[in-house]
Amino acid sequence: MNPAPSVIAFTTFSGLGFGLLFWLGIGMPAPTGLTAFLYFALAYALAAGGLMASTFHLGRPERAIRAFTQWRTSWLSREAWAAVATLIVMAVFGAAATFWATALPVLGWIGAAFAMATVVTTSMIYAQLKTVPRWRHWSTPALFVLLSLGAGALLAGQTMACLPLLAAAGTVQVHAWISGDTRFARSGTTMSTATGLGGIGTVRAFEPPHTGTNFLLKEFVYVVGRRHAGRLRIIALLLGFGIPIPILVLPASPWLLIIAALSHATGVLVLRWLFFAQAEHVVGLYYGKR
Amino acid sequence: MTELPFATTRKLGLVIDLDTCVGCHACVVSCKGWNTENYGVPLSDQDPFGATPSGTFLNRVHSYEVQPDHGAAQLIHFPKSCLHCEDAPCVTVCPTGASYKRAEDGIVLVNEEACIGCSLCAWACPYGARELDQAAGVMKKCTLCVDRIYNENLPEEDRVPACVRTCPSGARHFGDLGDAESDVSVLVAKRGGFDLMPEQGTKPVNKYLPPRLKDVAPQIDILAPFLEPVSKGPKGFLGWLDRALSALPGEDR
Repeated sequence: MNPAPSVIAFTTFSGLGFGLLFWLGIGMPAPTGLTAFLYFALAYALAAGGLMASTFHLGRPERAIRAFTQWRTSWLSREAWAAVATLIVMAVFGAAATFWATALPVLGWIGAAFAMATVVTTSMIYAQLKTVPRWRHWSTPALFVLLSLGAGALLAGQTMACLPLLAAAGTVQVHAWISGDTRFARSGTTMSTATGLGGIGTVRAFEPPHTGTNFLLKEFVYVVGRRHAGRLRIIALLLGFGIPIPILVLPASPWLLIIAALSHATGVLVLRWLFFAQAEHVVGLYYGKR
Repeated sequence: MTELPFATTRKLGLVIDLDTCVGCHACVVSCKGWNTENYGVPLSDQDPFGATPSGTFLNRVHSYEVQPDHGAAQLIHFPKSCLHCEDAPCVTVCPTGASYKRAEDGIVLVNEEACIGCSLCAWACPYGARELDQAAGVMKKCTLCVDRIYNENLPEEDRVPACVRTCPSGARHFGDLGDAESDVSVLVAKRGGFDLMPEQGTKPVNKYLPPRLKDVAPQIDILAPFLEPVSKGPKGFLGWLDRALSALPGEDR
């Protein structure tokens, strides 16, 4: 799949932002006044900024409001609802903490639940696709939620909660890679089933339908950089988990926490790049490509 | 609405004969011609006369080489467009309701006024039947020429999809695959028509007819290798010319 920068930025930063909103919602930490303002400003910049980035890959972004209509069947529509619900609830919660130093715990828990619902709906957009076997697995929502909670805890300064979450996210990520590498082959979709010609013999793509490229090849058959996937996986693991986890074990220092957060966020960007670049769509089979 | 109809009264679709298709791409051209000036926005091209042309097509013809265990390889031309699936995954993922499946005839369409161009339907389609038009930013797909098949302004013989009307080898058939008595259903039953990627669970309406078995040519020339060659060397005038030329200086080839 084409790793569009807008979609990578969206899933990474909105994951960070909604993760931070989750921890703020459950009162860990429970800042007031200017501190609260800064926390919520960061969370909204990440969450809303990510959502804005997601509209950049739309062909007709001016009609984005219509995406709220089909929540009964579409995970993308459900995501739109969950995201807006979170942002509205947490705006009230954040305003109360900032301007009146008042905690509204029930509202906070509702906002936290909406925040995680947003991350789950985002992940289900990918996990629902039978056409991309690598994504269609429990590890896709699990990873999105663990990474969001872990990064949120890191930004919220919740060191004790962050450590097990990051460790779990790293473990699930490694499992997702190892099991994902063979899932296309195990999915049962081959050039033989795609063309229905396997009963005659071995099928080989002889001529593509056109001399140039097309939307399908650009969107689904992305091969650039896949040969560096092994190296990028190591880099992502180091930045995302290898550097932040030892820092969290050290005595707390705000500067070190910032380094850990930046390193983790960069690691997640690399993870997401791989998430898209390594995903193979079954339509590639019609072109004899993966 | 992106909820699929529980059942459609008819299942209009295509039957494509892989035995008869000659890979001429006439269906691709007629499809682009009809659909660029009728239903919805035009099918745009990018850099059409430059070094890297590309464009939106609703129908494309692939060619495959199939190598049996024994015997010669076969070349099979393979036209592919929207299969108007009964369980269309492209419809349910649509966040805006732009993608829909008609309850009356099963045709899957895009309401381009409501499409935000998110491409999720193209991601959900295993067949590559949907392409985002790069000029209009909306999703394009086969309409089964919905603006021809019911069009009473056209002569009756033209009320079929443009690809079917134009196919010079009769490899494309159009009809109601929900009616077991229809010509297309009978053809599918007789020729063993099959689904593409049945394991994806999309229940495509369009069917493909497999290439017929190739007959094996009988060995008719078993004695030919034992026959005398007609001529070992030239005689008469040609023989004299051959000798005369060889006598001249220079090399034989």
